[in-house]
Amino acid sequence: MSLFLLFLSALLVNNFVLVRFLGICPFMGVSKEVDSAIGMGMATTFVMVVASAATWLIERFILEPFGLPFLQTMSFILVIASLVQLVEMFLHKTSPALYKAMGIFLPLITTNCAILGLAIMSVQNAYTFIQAVVFALGGGLGFTLALVLLAGIREELRFADIPEPLLGAPIAFICAGLLSLAFSGFAGLI
Amino acid sequence: MARMVKNFVNGLWNENPTFRLMIGLCPTLAVTTSAVNGLGMGLATAFVIACSSALISLLRKVIPDKVRIPAYIIVIATFVTIVDLFMNAYMPDLHQVLGLFIPLIVVNCIVLGRAEAFASKNSVIASIFDGLGMGLGFTWALTVLGAVRELLGAGSIFNVKLPVGATIGIMSLPPGAFITLGILMGLVNMISARQKKRAS
Repeated sequence: MSLFLLFLSALLVNNFVLVRFLGICPFMGVSKEVDSAIGMGMATTFVMVVASAATWLIERFILEPFGLPFLQTMSFILVIASLVQLVEMFLHKTSPALYKAMGIFLPLITTNCAILGLAIMSVQNAYTFIQAVVFALGGGLGFTLALVLLAGIREELRFADIPEPLLGAPIAFICAGLLSLAFSGFAGLI
Repeated sequence: MARMVKNFVNGLWNENPTFRLMIGLCPTLAVTTSAVNGLGMGLATAFVIACSSALISLLRKVIPDKVRIPAYIIVIATFVTIVDLFMNAYMPDLHQVLGLFIPLIVVNCIVLGRAEAFASKNSVIASIFDGLGMGLGFTWALTVLGAVRELLGAGSIFNVKLPVGATIGIMSLPPGAFITLGILMGLVNMISARQKKRAS
């Protein structure tokens, strides 16, 4: 049950994008169309889960026993960067169709701060391995949800009459604010 | 010298990272619940940009082209760790508030962006000026955003209480960040459209 609560909390209550402000750059950059939003969301969720497992193992079996917590930021970002590269090569070999679908989004994921943030949060909250993975899954799906919702709104916005200075990013931010307002309704859930 | 000034001013307005390039937005939204927090985060980031730009510019002929991104990331992560430990030791309160977003300066696209777009091609002095300009451009954007949210949300600026009748609590919460940034961006667009009109 507590695992389910953890999942729900990462997915809705503490949504990574709308409540914690992690991964705003891809949230704004790739939310113009629903299709690409789904691709980006799935790719990110996948990397999040794998990265969360990998960084948990590194923290537990390398950084902690050798007393190197100050290397945390550096080692995590390197692991994430190489992991993204690895995932990219792996997909390229095994599933060209999937690779083609997510192609452009994969390298972008390295600089998505939601991934590094998630890894550091897992360590700070002293999650177990299973908890860390569930947390990553919830966070990733929450990211996807927010991305797809905003993309849906932005597709409709094309037909709206918007004051000129607000065209493009500013109106997207205001919409994201309203979405965030809706998500704050989940606050009392857990 | 004139070129240095131009590099410096570039980041403050023409290519302001927040309002123009729209990069480095996560800390922008997350920590700007008050003007002080925005200022602290901005200065920490400015330090990292200036230092890493200087070092990367020094090393630009040594780093092989193929592994430049990992090399840049290591340089940036080093300075971020320095800032993190320094703030933890000397400004524990601010460090507590900014929390997760200090280590996340590593993945702030402004830092890597300047390394790739400027420091890897220009002299050390020029890179420092460029880094400082970008960093301070980021700082003022965060401070203004923080001040507006603090004024509307808590009725104070830089922790000084102002005689404001009513406050809007939602402004200090996440939705306020998105809405304030959207409106400020619109204002900046309006001002520059007016500037352009006057110039032509």
